[in-house]
Amino acid sequence: MSLRTPLNHARGLGSAKEGTQHWWHQRLTALALLPLAVWFIVSLITLADATYEDVIDWLSSPIVAGLMLLWIFAVFYHLKLGLQVVVEDYVHTEWRKITSLILVTFATITLGLACALAVLWVWLAG
Amino acid sequence: MAQHDRPLSPHLQVYRWQITMTMSILHRITGVGLGIGTLLMAYWLIAIFAGPEAFDTAQDLLGSIIGRIILFGFTFSLAYHFCNGIRHLAWDIGRGFELPQVHATGWIVVVSSIVLTLAIWILGYAVRGSL
Repeated sequence: MSLRTPLNHARGLGSAKEGTQHWWHQRLTALALLPLAVWFIVSLITLADATYEDVIDWLSSPIVAGLMLLWIFAVFYHLKLGLQVVVEDYVHTEWRKITSLILVTFATITLGLACALAVLWVWLAG
Repeated sequence: MAQHDRPLSPHLQVYRWQITMTMSILHRITGVGLGIGTLLMAYWLIAIFAGPEAFDTAQDLLGSIIGRIILFGFTFSLAYHFCNGIRHLAWDIGRGFELPQVHATGWIVVVSSIVLTLAIWILGYAVRGSL
């Protein structure tokens, strides 16, 4: 007679092994990205005729820097969650799947950090 | 478990193409495409950090014919993924699952994406004041 509960029996199955937090965080970042994307695109449109000095001026505002950081964080986290599902859907050899997931996680974190550091540097150091 | 190449029954070769499956895979394709686009965004931000010469080079590259074509493609990807994303969020709260609604909202997303893409680019050119 098994002492496992049905939930315990179900946990850890499937290509992803677990996913409630992933599902919720994907929707949360999606929600955040709705206004952030609008702001980012509108900003880019206003910068369509910008010189280098204009861009530096734009990034010198703490509100702009803050929104850029929120945008960067939401984009790369949402991207990481999305690519994770793509890998889990198409890569079925366990070691290839794990390797791809590690690469996706590291790449999105690194690229996101690079963007954030660029914004912070320009904001703080002019 | 999946190391053996067992035969699969035909699916893509035989199933009738419908807007539902097309939009679903387009959502994934635009998502991955946008992911590649983050590389361009990172390049642009780092060019700003690197100084006016690097920035001018980046602007020239992104403003070239090929650059603008790529940016136009990314604009459409963003518009589509954004609009279809809202459609997904509606499904997540349980709304819009009836098949007529799925088709109607689907077409609304497609048209909105095209309109948004064109609007963004027309506005951008208007701000620039020239081509």
